[in-house]
Amino acid sequence: MTINLTLLIVMGAMLAIGIYLMLERSLTRVLLGIILISNGVNLLILQTAGRAGESPIVRDGLGAEEYLDPLPQALLLTAIVIAFAMVAILLALIYRSWVIARQDEVTDDEEDRRVATTIGAHDPEEDDDVGTETSEFIDSVDPVTGSVRAVNPAERNREASEEPTSSSDAHQAGES
Amino acid sequence: MQFDVVNFVPLAVLIPFFGAAFAFAFYRNQATQKAITIGALIITVVLEIVLLSEVWHGGTHAVQLAGWPAPFGISMVIDRFAALMLVVSSIITLAVLLYAVGQGAAEEKNDSGPVSIFYPTFLILVAGVSNAFLAGDLFNLYVGFEIFLTASYVLLTLGGGEARIRAGVTYVVVSILSSMLFLITIGLMYAATGTVNLADLALKITELDHGTQLMLHVMLLVAFGIKAAVFPLAFWLPDSYPTAPAPVTAVFAGLLTKVGIYAMIRTETLLFPGERINTVLMVVAALTMIVGILGALAQSDIKRMLSFTLISHIGYLVFGLALSSVIGMAATIYYVAHHITIQTTLFLVTGLIERRAGTSNVDKLGGLARISPVLAILFFLPAMNLAGIPPFSGFVGKLGMMQGGIAENTWITWTLVFASVLTSLLTLLAVARIWARGFWRKAEDVEKPERILIQKSLAHARAANKRLLPAAMVAPTALLVAMSLAFTVFAGPLMNFSRAAAQDMYERTPYLEAVLGEDRVDGVRDELVEFTTGYVIDLDTDDDGAAEFAPVRTSLQPDMETDDRGFTRVEIDEQADPAEGGDQ
Repeated sequence: MTINLTLLIVMGAMLAIGIYLMLERSLTRVLLGIILISNGVNLLILQTAGRAGESPIVRDGLGAEEYLDPLPQALLLTAIVIAFAMVAILLALIYRSWVIARQDEVTDDEEDRRVATTIGAHDPEEDDDVGTETSEFIDSVDPVTGSVRAVNPAERNREASEEPTSSSDAHQAGES
Repeated sequence: MQFDVVNFVPLAVLIPFFGAAFAFAFYRNQATQKAITIGALIITVVLEIVLLSEVWHGGTHAVQLAGWPAPFGISMVIDRFAALMLVVSSIITLAVLLYAVGQGAAEEKNDSGPVSIFYPTFLILVAGVSNAFLAGDLFNLYVGFEIFLTASYVLLTLGGGEARIRAGVTYVVVSILSSMLFLITIGLMYAATGTVNLADLALKITELDHGTQLMLHVMLLVAFGIKAAVFPLAFWLPDSYPTAPAPVTAVFAGLLTKVGIYAMIRTETLLFPGERINTVLMVVAALTMIVGILGALAQSDIKRMLSFTLISHIGYLVFGLALSSVIGMAATIYYVAHHITIQTTLFLVTGLIERRAGTSNVDKLGGLARISPVLAILFFLPAMNLAGIPPFSGFVGKLGMMQGGIAENTWITWTLVFASVLTSLLTLLAVARIWARGFWRKAEDVEKPERILIQKSLAHARAANKRLLPAAMVAPTALLVAMSLAFTVFAGPLMNFSRAAAQDMYERTPYLEAVLGEDRVDGVRDELVEFTTGYVIDLDTDDDGAAEFAPVRTSLQPDMETDDRGFTRVEIDEQADPAEGGDQ
């Protein structure tokens, strides 16, 4: 089978960047990662058709190997539509998460925390909230409605320990 | 031939879809929606029961959509296993739907948004699950997965509260990732073989070299393993399922992971038969069982605990699957059907407990057995069934799997047998804790009880039952409990059926013939038969399977119980007992 080198490199780059983005905690970046991965996979399916050829409409005097294999493109079309729907629903979820909790991060599971604490497995170094990102959009007053929102635990910690972002950043650097 | 009922197989997918479309169209009128949804599901159940009875004796049947012959068109294949899964899943969803209707009537539009989407989405979920069970090619399987996953995203985040959104995001991202992995594998398979038709793949994959085969095999199993919640890939399940409304959690827990297992079974039997990675699968199975059940013991919330037992019992299914023998597979098929029912029932009962007591945290529960004996019975029966106490069907399935493991008689299968006994006991411990705290202890002993549990007198409490446990919710739950008991009563015929299904799947020729036609299979029949007899033990027993018909051969049970302590009685006596074979 012949493979287009450009497509192959582009696919590899998209998958690599996509996976890198998915490992982030910020949901928007996870979404971007998913978009890149799904399109990388689409390119992969496109390449399974092999070398480009004539359009697959039967004509006299053309051998079977002259035509382009149309099936991967049919699969691809379905995959694009499905990925589109997935991205749409994920975008809706992220927006909802932003509206409700004013945060764009994967939050910790409270029940997990509770179980860890009761059996004494809570390790403050590992399990404490880590303030990951500061943004000018994170504000205790909602700019649209003017209402004051509840401050979440991550930020409460931040206020308590005076100098949180720098220490947690240093902490992350130490771990990695 | 002109009018063959099996040709209506695609309707099992189409009826729920059309139902969903009509239910959407009548979004203003809840009553019409309900009627359409229930009607569509009842028709589906009836159709599938008819299909099951056809397939029970007739064997595998394939429908080529739009008349395109097999490797080019889309085929839908119904064999014994698929038919059983279809019927069980539809009955479950119907019961859950009735429960949800009961709850909706009782709760008065708590979660309703601008458009009521629960009923149509529920039907789409059913259509997706049916499509996945019937899919005759990998890509259609992928589409089936996506249909029910998309529906499940909507159902999981119903209402859009903070907890559900948080759980939903994790669930959606993990599911999308596994779907991407599946899609990559489909692409690679197509590149390697030039086909996505399962039957065609089964023939062409053997021509690939072993490294490529192994890679495709493992990638498929990882993609399905995430959906089936097999141990290292199961982290997402207990975080996401418990936050959904009770009926939704029930149907997710019962069905969605089982579709993953179904796909794994198809992979192992049809595409990549043989014992190449059985040892790895068994290690994974043991870890799934043990880690899952230990997770369950640490939980105090009933829903989360049940989610962990769900993971743990997926381990049994992987164990039976990894045995690569007809006994093991027959037990797995039986156990899948049993486990779908039992897990759904338990989540529905938990929904009832939550309604009655205001919480599903065992630390805050108490005195339920006194307040509502009906609830106690509804919980006790499936809980014991889950733990595998004889004579319930959980015991029958586990016994079959252990017998398969003992028949294989290697150190790893013995470890697995030991692990499954241990898991069974720990499951008993977990459910006994719910029972002892929630049902048996006095309500006054609870430290911080919910106010709803403390009533002035028993008469007051019983009066509250009527309000909090409406018959419309209790009846579907009771129906499912009855169905789980039916698995025990009809264990003989069902096990027989599972055995026939397992035999079909390992022989592979019935499936290939149905899809590709006899001419194509005749060319490779000898190879197939040789492969099967070489790899799969006990395919052809002269006694019609009586000797290994585990659940009926009660004489074996004392051996089974001593077996997990020592390795002395390893040899299963192969005596053929025609009397026992005859009475099923």
